[in-house]
Amino acid sequence: MKFFHLIWCNLKRRKLRTLLTLASVFVAFLLYGLLCTVKEAFTAGVSMAGADRLVVRHKVSLIMTLPVAYKARMEQIPGVAAASHFTWFNGIYKNEPKNFFGSFPVEPEHFLAMFPEYSLPEAQKQAWLKTRIGAVIGRSLSERKEFKWKIGDRVQLRSPIWPRKGDQPWEFEIVGILDAGKKNVDTSGFYFRYDYFDEGRAYGEGLVGWYAVRVKDPDHAPEVAKAIDAEFANSPSETKAETEGAFMQGFAQQIGDIGTILVAILSAVFFTILLVAGNTMAQSVRERTEEFGVLKAIGFTNERALAMVLAESCLLASLGGLAGLGLAWLIAAGGSPVPSMLPVFYFPTKALVIGVALVFALGIVAGILPALTAMRLRIADALRRQAA
Amino acid sequence: MNEQPQKNGVLVDVDGVEKVFHRGSEDIHVLSDLHLKVPQGEFLALMGPSGSGKSTLLNLIGGLDRPTRGSVSIAGEHVNELSDRQLAAWRARHIGFVFQLYNLLPVLTAERNVELPLLLTHLSKAERKQHVATALGVVGLSHRTKHHPRQLSGGEQQRVGIARAIVTDPTLLLCDEPTGDLDRKAGDEILDLLQALNRQHGKTIIMVTHDPHASARAGRTVYLNKGQLSDEPVK
Ligand SMILES: Nc1ncnc2c1ncn2[C@@H]1O[C@H](COP(=O)(O)OP(=O)(O)OP(=O)(O)O)[C@@H](O)[C@H]1O
Ligand SMILES: [Mg+2]
Repeated sequence: MKFFHLIWCNLKRRKLRTLLTLASVFVAFLLYGLLCTVKEAFTAGVSMAGADRLVVRHKVSLIMTLPVAYKARMEQIPGVAAASHFTWFNGIYKNEPKNFFGSFPVEPEHFLAMFPEYSLPEAQKQAWLKTRIGAVIGRSLSERKEFKWKIGDRVQLRSPIWPRKGDQPWEFEIVGILDAGKKNVDTSGFYFRYDYFDEGRAYGEGLVGWYAVRVKDPDHAPEVAKAIDAEFANSPSETKAETEGAFMQGFAQQIGDIGTILVAILSAVFFTILLVAGNTMAQSVRERTEEFGVLKAIGFTNERALAMVLAESCLLASLGGLAGLGLAWLIAAGGSPVPSMLPVFYFPTKALVIGVALVFALGIVAGILPALTAMRLRIADALRRQAA
Repeated sequence: MNEQPQKNGVLVDVDGVEKVFHRGSEDIHVLSDLHLKVPQGEFLALMGPSGSGKSTLLNLIGGLDRPTRGSVSIAGEHVNELSDRQLAAWRARHIGFVFQLYNLLPVLTAERNVELPLLLTHLSKAERKQHVATALGVVGLSHRTKHHPRQLSGGEQQRVGIARAIVTDPTLLLCDEPTGDLDRKAGDEILDLLQALNRQHGKTIIMVTHDPHASARAGRTVYLNKGQLSDEPVK
């Protein structure tokens, strides 16, 4: 494109001003990229929620336990396809609480059937079923640099909630690694066998944390939830059943309505950046009034003057903006800075596409008024400016 | 389309042109019922007091502005009947402008400045390069092609300005006080150049000037006063 040189040279006219504008656009889009990544990290649970799954917990609190016998009773309720239980184990490795990761005793076959988003090679599944102290871990947990765990490793964990009889540490052998089909599925968990856990714990036999329940028809999930709660009403352990999505959302809302906060921050940032870039373009065009007069005298049409300013503005926005998005993408690809808290960490493609669209929207919106000025400029007036 | 101008046929025909500017509620009558015929190949000087409308007239001839009444035709083309877009293309094809303050783009080198009008043509990069080299050769600046305007003297900048005006080989060269900002020596060199363009390359030139020394180089001088042209200076 033969006009590129001219557009490029105009950006270099005031190097400092251009650099400062580029830097602000860069920072704005870097921030956008990182915030989108963080938002995705916080809400990953909600988006991975299965529409056909319910979470059933103690009515009073998530930390109170339910009898393991509820599984069979729930599976009797019409509309329920299967139930599988979890318990919050809170295993700690090497007495180092900051080495935190989620750990749960589960029944292997029920667990794997309940969460088809996880895949485990058949041989590893068989090994898990054979090995009483066997544990399977998520891919992202296996990659954590503090652990570097692989199949065959022996791992000792202690739990402040569930001590082992005789106050021994819990011993595990890693027999499998869980993979997720999709990027937004959390693979930071540590899962081991409930039978080993139940026999080994010092107290609390027969108690589990919560249930995941698959319903036969997602459209009837609310009715099934009600039926489950009714089944256990007036028992010592009343339940609260809700869809997985609602459950995760409630969880995310405890941290604050992150989405709204992020949108507010980004709106302020983009508004500011629009003023900065718009001002740069307006100044740049104002300084060049005579030059536009000359270009038009030479034969540049009004439309070409408009297009040149818009191209310049879009070039400015895309140099800064695409670099910012690029760096955000690189940072996200480098993995979570706090894998224990934000196990799912990546720059969602959708946000990236929106980011690129925002870059060009910024270029056009910041450039449109100066571009119209340049377009409407009458040659005789523009050339008279300097004579006066 | 356009009738091809004959040698010594009329190239520029300004017929009964009136130009009125509106400043607020006030009307400024700059040109009234003005007639001017410029034959092909002439070097015409246009003089007159400051504010008499010389630049205004030049702008009308060059299609930078439109007359309030009357018509301007160049090589048979009625310029004031063209749309803005057609007019821009027409200027690119037929008119070369030389300005008092050179009006080069400071961010571009001499050769890039000269190349500007060629960007609007269908010439290839190599062809453009060749045309630019030729034009810079004509003005005697082949050795300074990579310099930016601020690295050139006023006289050199004006020569780049002339190279830019002639690079498309326009029908008509319009110069508004081309030596107005130069000292005598540099001014003389520019006048030599314009004269050579007129005599050796047959360019038709209209030059606005305040300087009798400059107008003496032209083949004919007309004087603008109170909106009218005459062949005699007004006392
Ligand atoms: N765009 C405009 N709007 C209003 N008035 C204008 C405009 N252009 C020119 N004029 C007026 O028209 C008159 C002639 O201006 P013009 O620039 O043509 O004079 P000039 O002969 O070129 O003068 P100088 O020798 O100082 O360059 C002046 O009074 C000027 O103020
Ligand atoms: Mg003038």
